[in-house]
Amino acid sequence: MLWPHKDLLCISQLTAAEILYVFQMARRFAEINTRPVKKVPTLKGKSVILFFVEPSTRTKTSFDIAGKRLSADTYSLAASSSSLRKGENLKDSALTLQAMHPDALVLRHHQSGAGEFLARRLSCSVINAGDGWHAHPTQALLDGFTLSEVWGDDMTGKTVLIVGDIAHSRVARSDVLLFTALGARVRICAPRTLLPAGVRQWPVEVFADLTEACKGVDAVICLRLQLERQKAGLLPDLREYARTYGLGAGHLNKANPGVLVMHPGPMNRGVEIDAALADAENSLILDQVSAGVATRMALLFLFLTRKDAPDQGDVRSDQTESRQPQSPLLQED
Amino acid sequence: MPGPDLIVRNVLWQDELVSLWIGQGVIQRLAPPDEPSSEGEQLHGGGALLLPGLIDAHVHLREPGFEYKEDIASGLEAAVRGGFSAVLAMANTSPVNDSAAVTSFMRDRAAAAHPLGPRLHPVGALTKGLAGLELAPLAELAEAGCVAFSNDGMPVANPDLFRRAMEYASDLGLVVIDHCEDPVLAEGASMNEGRFSGLLGLKGQPVVAESMQVARDILLAEYLDLPIHLAHISCRQSVELIRWAKVRGVRVSAETCPHYLLWTEEMVQGYNTLAKVNPPLRTDDDVLTLRQAVREGVIDILVTDHAPHADHEKEVPMDEAPNGISGLDTALSLSWKLVREGVLSPQDLCALWSARPGALFSLPVNRFQPGDPADFILFNPDLEWTVTPETLRSKGKNTPCLGQTLPGRVVAHGIAGKILFS
Repeated sequence: MLWPHKDLLCISQLTAAEILYVFQMARRFAEINTRPVKKVPTLKGKSVILFFVEPSTRTKTSFDIAGKRLSADTYSLAASSSSLRKGENLKDSALTLQAMHPDALVLRHHQSGAGEFLARRLSCSVINAGDGWHAHPTQALLDGFTLSEVWGDDMTGKTVLIVGDIAHSRVARSDVLLFTALGARVRICAPRTLLPAGVRQWPVEVFADLTEACKGVDAVICLRLQLERQKAGLLPDLREYARTYGLGAGHLNKANPGVLVMHPGPMNRGVEIDAALADAENSLILDQVSAGVATRMALLFLFLTRKDAPDQGDVRSDQTESRQPQSPLLQED
Repeated sequence: MPGPDLIVRNVLWQDELVSLWIGQGVIQRLAPPDEPSSEGEQLHGGGALLLPGLIDAHVHLREPGFEYKEDIASGLEAAVRGGFSAVLAMANTSPVNDSAAVTSFMRDRAAAAHPLGPRLHPVGALTKGLAGLELAPLAELAEAGCVAFSNDGMPVANPDLFRRAMEYASDLGLVVIDHCEDPVLAEGASMNEGRFSGLLGLKGQPVVAESMQVARDILLAEYLDLPIHLAHISCRQSVELIRWAKVRGVRVSAETCPHYLLWTEEMVQGYNTLAKVNPPLRTDDDVLTLRQAVREGVIDILVTDHAPHADHEKEVPMDEAPNGISGLDTALSLSWKLVREGVLSPQDLCALWSARPGALFSLPVNRFQPGDPADFILFNPDLEWTVTPETLRSKGKNTPCLGQTLPGRVVAHGIAGKILFS
């Protein structure tokens, strides 16, 4: 497959075939991660800037390892050590970085749309590693890849439940898009204060009761609860949240046999998920981390070796392919 | 009667070709197009539409304090080209227009930059520093030339203070213009709360952030039996409340902007900061409701809420971008789109952009009756123009219209009988 995209901004820009192609590539790269010498020269001479304006441990490390295992040169930059700290705006910071001729810029930013903002202005590939509440496409791809390793690529007939703070979760939005694209049914469960506006028009079933939501599901993805939600008045207190929406063994009794448990991390044990459940046999939480490296290797490979990759050429000519098609979340019912 | 100083020939007024006779700054009469006269300057209208000079009751001219966005000279130049003979300039300058010194400064700058007009009428701050804590010196502001009071941009949350402001302003014979927004419900919002905000992962502003304040203001106006003018109404709920209030005889008036009649929240897709405005662009249902309300007079006037910003301020991620659309250059063309779509008639435009704002804020209005101020524009509805940074006279190039071709162009503008351009 010729990879047609300059940037990865949102799952909505990928077709199901493209998602499965990423899985296929990830499978190949996962094998490298198990070798005694975990390095291949595939991306030798390519450079990737990891521009993490918002703090991150696992995503940044995952991209860093992914790049290095493919022999790309990776350069990490955090907001605290960048000119953003001195008041420079995002556009100027990014243009400065581009002037150093990277092949890709991996961006984590606390504002929704930051990736799209930069993709319009940069000729190098922009890979969205999480923007505000909007999208976290690489997390969704690794979540999908993790489950495809168990279920296979055809997820028709499977039901995935996402529990927690949907409103403020970029992971939830991207997961919904990915799993529905692959044929799975998606449920979400949260108190109404943590549901986004317009969610009833999403292609999901919405639940307020976790026990009901778990009935007949094949996988449960718990989302991290940001503790400031309580201060923002969205929740009474964490204890009540844990009692009502924390995933426990009792909930899973209602699920289908072999139900799988996932969490994008970092976890608040005892809040979003029972501590023992996180470590149980059916937990894929650490598999997700491993899959993250393989998936990001696949993505870096695809974006850095695409045949029509510009050599810092005309940015405008690439804009059309960066544009997202209309999201399935916006299609009429 | 002395002879005319100026005759504007061959212009279309209420579907008839006429000539406009002007003398000593006022309308003398509308005459047949070929009625001879040996006196006065002649301006040939070429069949253009004759309209009164428009009044924009809601602009932000940014001076003093933010001249890099706009200054009074550039703002009034945009007004001239856009067809506006008078503008009401809001108080959120720096320093805030909460003293006679600032009011006088604004008027002096306008007179110096554009001695023939457009006329700048300052709107004084309702509270000191727009902080919403203490009343501004409203009498001093009125004496210095303010024609209304408003905390626009910084809504007054305290209902008791707002009540006192309405009462105090009424003694001065001036209206309070309220930016209807509950600041807590609206906090941090980048767009309308709804399907698109949920999808884009942006904090949305619910319609009740506006309509709750509309309800508060209506109830206060009824209780106090005082007038209140509600700024830039954007949603169905507010319209329904205003309609209800008018039926009850409450002294409420309201405005909306062309952008709320033409565009929806979908305009924000792709994180388009040029469409970030406060109140935010809403839904199809709100647009249709507002169109009907404007037609029926439930919404009394149109305004631009001209809010120019520098390019670099809008070239940021959505959350960081300031609210506002630059509107003076494009308002009449956008309004004409509504005429083309059958939403409004040319007569509606005269009422919405001239007669009614003039009446609301006690400003002279040209109805083309003898003795009316000779503020007029000639508008060619068949001319089309493409909106580019170069075609906008305002320093603010922040409009979602950029790149669009709009109908209609002001081809001449006269104020008090003097031609500003033709």
